[in-house]
Amino acid sequence: MPTYSASEIASLGGDRETALIAGDGGLHFVNKLRFSITGIGAGLAWLAFGLSCMRWPDIGDWPRTEAVAYTAFAIAGGIAIATTAQAALGKFGDGVQRRAPWLFALGAFLTLWELATAKFGWLPLPFFPPPQSIVEVYTDDLPKLLDSAFASVKLQLGGYFIGAAVGFLTGVSIGWSRLAGYWVHPILRFIGPLPATAWLPIAFFTFPSAWSASTFLIALATGFPVTVLTWSGVASVSTAYYDVARTLGAKPSFLVTKVAIPAALPHVFVGLFMGLGASFAVLVVAEMIGVKAGLGFYLQWAQGWASYNNMYAALIVMSLLCSGAITLLFKVRDRLLVWQKGVVKW
Amino acid sequence: MVALATAFKPAATGASLEVKDVSHAFDIDGNVLPVLDNVSISVAPGEFVALLGPSGCGKSTLLRLVAGLEPPRAGALEEDGVAITGPYPSRVVVFQDPTLFPWRTVWDNVALGLEAQGVLKTQRHRVDAAIDLVGLGAFKKAYPHQLSGGMAQRVALARALVNDPRILVLDEPLGKLDSLTRITMQAELVSLWQRNGFTALLVTHDVEEALFLANRVIVFSDRPARVTADITVDRPYPRHRGDPHLAELRRQILGLLGLDATW
Repeated sequence: MPTYSASEIASLGGDRETALIAGDGGLHFVNKLRFSITGIGAGLAWLAFGLSCMRWPDIGDWPRTEAVAYTAFAIAGGIAIATTAQAALGKFGDGVQRRAPWLFALGAFLTLWELATAKFGWLPLPFFPPPQSIVEVYTDDLPKLLDSAFASVKLQLGGYFIGAAVGFLTGVSIGWSRLAGYWVHPILRFIGPLPATAWLPIAFFTFPSAWSASTFLIALATGFPVTVLTWSGVASVSTAYYDVARTLGAKPSFLVTKVAIPAALPHVFVGLFMGLGASFAVLVVAEMIGVKAGLGFYLQWAQGWASYNNMYAALIVMSLLCSGAITLLFKVRDRLLVWQKGVVKW
Repeated sequence: MVALATAFKPAATGASLEVKDVSHAFDIDGNVLPVLDNVSISVAPGEFVALLGPSGCGKSTLLRLVAGLEPPRAGALEEDGVAITGPYPSRVVVFQDPTLFPWRTVWDNVALGLEAQGVLKTQRHRVDAAIDLVGLGAFKKAYPHQLSGGMAQRVALARALVNDPRILVLDEPLGKLDSLTRITMQAELVSLWQRNGFTALLVTHDVEEALFLANRVIVFSDRPARVTADITVDRPYPRHRGDPHLAELRRQILGLLGLDATW
């Protein structure tokens, strides 16, 4: 990029267009400089985190301190390089650049956390474990954590899909058929609002296994919102759509599958979203109380040993899984509801 | 357009329509509200008949009865001498609102009738021909929210025409369009009708539109609707809006509606 001195611009005289381009170019350069400042800042924050690990001795026994410090140095270097060479790295460089302020905040937070726990003990141990002790869980207790995560996902998926399918079918039938509405609606009103967790003590005795009891409860928690919203979606379909389809020769089965259900789909997805949230809660409680596997069980087990670092590690995994599930649901929705305008992006 | 017209060959021609002593009423909060009072209309095959009357007089209700969406309280309706007992794709309605299915693309909306009748697999070319006929060939993959009001109503027209209706029922289809689009689409309606030979039944409250399009204009009274006049518009197509004969008819019809003082 050519740079102009003030005298050069002045010598261009009345050619305003050229002067404008030069001014624009200068502005562009300043923009770039500011962006790399956030990148360098983020790098420095992570460097500070690494240094804070090395500078003072740990007040406890954490074998991963040094490894965490070197990883922090590597991340700091990575951020600095990626943001400086942003143009050359394309999409990846842009991604890092966009997240630079967040990376800075994260580095600063980790530094503070490190100092407040492992180095000066401002926060009481063992309730507030330092970062390296959580990392230690991922390196040393990984198989058990993965097993637990896998068990949770399995239980959640089974219960959620059963609940969503049953809820969807129930919602369509009571939205469509007066007879189904007459019989199902009172039951729905009586049982639906009951928190699924209230069934836990009974379910664990009446079902043959804790696993089947939990699947049932997760399905119940999912099913209620899915049923209600599918029902309201089907009931609120404009009669004009049915009139159009009927004059074009549609039979009742066509009206249900090709008019009522697609028109109700936006509502159904709200139900699926609410059901997902409700079922997470049931899953964790069920695992804490009855099922001898899963992240809820892992949490409970870690509490028994007062190993708070394991609990934080499990919480982080749990959060990633739940957030991932919602992301997945929204992706499916965006694909199925492309015809809608202005849907919320997750 | 000529090439398209030959590609879109209607299988059927217009049917006759008989409305015999039809009366109809609605129950609103326990009160009986009469909307049609002993209406009798006879429409010849291929005729273009406009139903004209004050707003809310019951014209649209008559169209719902013709479409078979509701049975009349008294009287009978017949298509080619066969009693109308329910909706059938030989009588297709174009409503005031396009009522396109927002979750379907233009192509899928037009394909609706053939899909509902289970013949879409072998008749896909008819969908393309109908979309081309209304001039939206470039918008086959668009969703309804991406269309303008006029385009959406054209899609609704294509969705009706793809079924080769013998009676096309038009319920103020141009009522919500801007005046320029309306004038364009009135001319298009005439050419579609001339090309395909269907019987057309148009509800409108626009006197000029009725006179520009129809062979016959039937004037209704206030609710409950009765036929007050049956006027033959004996002018060749394409018609011209400045035609003094049409102006005279317009004056006459406005008089029947009690609005002649304004002209």
